[in-house]
Amino acid sequence: MRAFTYERAETPQQAAMAAASTDHARFIAGGTNLLDLMKIEVETPAHLVDVNGLGLDTIENTDDGGLRVGALVRNTDLAADPRVRRDYGVLSRALVAGASGQLRNKATTGGNLLQRTRCPYFYDTNMPCNKRRPGTGCAALEGFSRQLAIIGGSEHCIATHPSDMAVAMRLLDAEVETVLPNGNTRAIPIADFHRLPGDTPQIDSALIPGEFITAVTLPRPLGGKHFYHKVRDRASYAFALVSVAAVIQPDGGGRVALGGVAPKPWRREDADAALPRGAKAVMARLLDGAEPTHENRFKVNLAERTLAAVLAEAKE
Amino acid sequence: MRFDKPAGRNPADRGTVLGQPLPRIDGPLKTTGTAPYAYERHDVASGQLVGYPVGAAIAKGRIRSMDTRAAKAAPGVVAVITTLDMDRLPKARMNVAYLFGGRDIQHYHQAIAVVVADTFERARAAAALIRTDYDEDKSTSFDLAEQRRAHQDDEVEPMAKVGDFHRAFAEAPVQLDQTYTTPGQSHAQMEPHASIAEWKDGALTLWSANQMIEWSKQALAKAFDLPAEKVRLDSPYIGGGFGAKLFLRADAVLAAVAARETGRPVKVALPRPLIANNATHRGLTIQRIRIGTDRDGRITAIGHDNTTNTLPGGDGENGAAPTRHFYAGANRLLVHRPLEMHLPESNAMRAPGETAGLMALEVAMDEMAEKLNMDPVAFRVLNDTQVDPDNPERPFSERHFVECLERGAERFGWNERNRKPGARREGQWLIGHGVAGAYRGAPVQASGARVRLKPDGTVRVDTDMTDIGTGSYTIIAQTAAEMLGVPLDAVDVGLGDSDAPASAGSGGQWGAASSTAGVYAACVALRNTIAERLDADPEDLSFADGQVRHGDRRTPLTEVGGGEELVAEDKIEFGDFRSKEYLLATFGAHFVEVGVHAATGEIRVRRMLAVCDAGRILNPVTARSQVIGAMTMGVGAALMEELAVDTRYGFFANHDLAGYEVPVHADIPEQEVIFLEGEDPYSTPLKAKGVGELGICGVSAAVANAVHNATGVRVRDYPVTLDKLLDGLPEVV
Repeated sequence: MRAFTYERAETPQQAAMAAASTDHARFIAGGTNLLDLMKIEVETPAHLVDVNGLGLDTIENTDDGGLRVGALVRNTDLAADPRVRRDYGVLSRALVAGASGQLRNKATTGGNLLQRTRCPYFYDTNMPCNKRRPGTGCAALEGFSRQLAIIGGSEHCIATHPSDMAVAMRLLDAEVETVLPNGNTRAIPIADFHRLPGDTPQIDSALIPGEFITAVTLPRPLGGKHFYHKVRDRASYAFALVSVAAVIQPDGGGRVALGGVAPKPWRREDADAALPRGAKAVMARLLDGAEPTHENRFKVNLAERTLAAVLAEAKE
Repeated sequence: MRFDKPAGRNPADRGTVLGQPLPRIDGPLKTTGTAPYAYERHDVASGQLVGYPVGAAIAKGRIRSMDTRAAKAAPGVVAVITTLDMDRLPKARMNVAYLFGGRDIQHYHQAIAVVVADTFERARAAAALIRTDYDEDKSTSFDLAEQRRAHQDDEVEPMAKVGDFHRAFAEAPVQLDQTYTTPGQSHAQMEPHASIAEWKDGALTLWSANQMIEWSKQALAKAFDLPAEKVRLDSPYIGGGFGAKLFLRADAVLAAVAARETGRPVKVALPRPLIANNATHRGLTIQRIRIGTDRDGRITAIGHDNTTNTLPGGDGENGAAPTRHFYAGANRLLVHRPLEMHLPESNAMRAPGETAGLMALEVAMDEMAEKLNMDPVAFRVLNDTQVDPDNPERPFSERHFVECLERGAERFGWNERNRKPGARREGQWLIGHGVAGAYRGAPVQASGARVRLKPDGTVRVDTDMTDIGTGSYTIIAQTAAEMLGVPLDAVDVGLGDSDAPASAGSGGQWGAASSTAGVYAACVALRNTIAERLDADPEDLSFADGQVRHGDRRTPLTEVGGGEELVAEDKIEFGDFRSKEYLLATFGAHFVEVGVHAATGEIRVRRMLAVCDAGRILNPVTARSQVIGAMTMGVGAALMEELAVDTRYGFFANHDLAGYEVPVHADIPEQEVIFLEGEDPYSTPLKAKGVGELGICGVSAAVANAVHNATGVRVRDYPVTLDKLLDGLPEVV
């Protein structure tokens, strides 16, 4: 871990200004991902802005019938909130499918969105990795890629985004509220929040330097049956090989998003439209253009079969 | 004491303490966090510095240069010692890779430097500042399958050859010829390798996490060119080993090098991401198994050809080992091919040989039973042998494998099992049942102990035996309590200190049986001393309730020493009869039920049962703990554990506990363990054998067989992960 300077922010805007005015600054909230990465020098911030004192830890009803989740609401608290459990079951289930109890007690809503990939080559500083050191190449493309992306990657990076929570939020069309260093605020649709790697895989999100997440808003509840089926090699405490988030309405319509397959939560609205015609029809669109490696080709089949299982359960 | 004939009746047979289900005596220390583990021993030496290791970034080649200027100038740094500062340190016989010194790189993350600073954080920060240039040797292959093809015509002396295998196999009316693979596996023990070293007056003390004190003391003496009496090793508590801590490792060597250089005590732990590649692993295997039977299912020919990776000078994982003695069959051919490769050091991990070997053999047995249309339990029973098939003149001392299978089948409800693969379904889950046999040898090693009877009537036992979470403290205290007739809490046990008599150590499943036999020998010596004091024949004495009874005379133990401590020391040494005239081994049967999700292929183990035949069980609580832990490890090997080889760079890519998955609680159902009642008088005076490795033997195959039974899909490449099942699962709509 490199030496760094540290300050506690007093207000969201001050946090944004502090981060923008210092080179290589990072916000720290739960620290469940950042600290690990700092220890092995995958992340080497020169300055940490501690945002834990900002409040932003409440879940409020919005005027249009949704919820506004403060950026510092802990994953455990978000998953347990009665409104979330009642109206956004997919989100609650996605949260408890992730990490461990101890980690969820620390991890925050904003931080969860910003966690880095779990690609093994990203974690080993001896290895080429364009996300960690732009221009060094991608060791994963021809390497150990079983966990990695089958769609949305590029010749420079096939990392997946590891979050479960974000997959549910993408399904729900959440919006990410931020404050910019100049004091302005904006709301970024979750669909636009995470980036595909293209030729700049080092940039994970649409945030500009210093921009600080203050909340995530959830639109009005969708109704329907909620599912989050996370498939992995062990029963708990592992990242998804494939996860399927779905809300299925009584008429067979609904929405579906995938985790574990792409550099961002993966959803296509035109694929949702195919839901009444079954899993195969959905995946024909949702995974159109997939370019799996020989090690993760199975995810194409697995995603379709997992969705089929979800749809079968929805009919029960 | 020499053990050169089968044990007769002796005082340990009483079973008032020994054999009782007693909780471990070190439990309160463990559960309150007050058992001192190596890295936390702040009190043993003052002024401790912290060393942080640096691993090589290539798998093979030479270091051209190392730039340590920035590291040396970093805050808090006291010393930076690189591998270029010294010649290769001599390595002990049991080590395969060199641990430190010189320019040559044998494997990825080989230790190339240690940075010593006043705090851990400063040492770690400075370590990242070292810049190393390499001449990388790209000429070697890191792909075991490719290496196997390249060496398939090599002449290899078979490890066992009986009868005419080729002819018998060719003539067998029912044949199986299949190839199985097992991946590299990591011990993944909770406590990382860790050591504190201090030099004083030319003598080296190492507080470490080490399973084999005497081996490692000798290895340290060799590495640092010291007489053995100038080395002390102390390892009272060890947070898991599984073979990872059998030998001297880089933490110990770097701490000693750094302490010598700085003149202060230095502690070093291997960071978790370094362990998979710096330390040892269970080697990869590719195993071809051929079995021929007559029409009734009697094995007439059995062949097991094992290929594995090793660094030069090692032996890798010998999967053919269990096949040598497990099943009958007059014609046998066993071959072991360790291929030199520059992956990290492949070496012993819990039940080396048997674990990987039975993962393959016991699936082959299942496949053979299927070909014969036989119950896999009945097929195994039919091919039981009471003599060593490798040398039919030599009987097993005790072998109750058939009873393990039959008791287990009854208890598990084997007759109610799903008989047709893929035929039983509960909702979205396919249900399957599997069985496998377990075989593991019962080796012993000479083992010594010192026993003191104190004037207050309490007893102190000292031996360099280790407790790696196994229960050694408890069974040693039970042995002394039984032999001297004192309550368990009157016995104090000191372990892991090389100043104590050398013991068998913890390895090869020999620890429990050997070390308690050594304590027995010392207790017999103490009883003889007491007899002398009482002017009596030791045979006439009995010990109970804190008293020595001699005819009508009762002498409290507090009085026999006349106010002085009585001390006796001895060691047990084992005669040849144990290995030459008889074959000693432990046996078991595993029964498993799994559910496999019909759509996704997710596998969940639903029930597990093990029946074990391992002589006298010294403590059913600690023995059960060993077996259920091993069964858990076997589930990991079956379903998830795999060191992923990057064949381009020559390293294990998933080298942390997020990437290398081991079972979590949610993966493990209720586990039942049955120990067959019994004693093996050919084994030790206590008639005991080990169970710590038996428990992992065969489990993985039982899981794999259950998955096959659930789905109809036969996976021969471990781990059995869902991607290997998907194409064979029912269509989903």
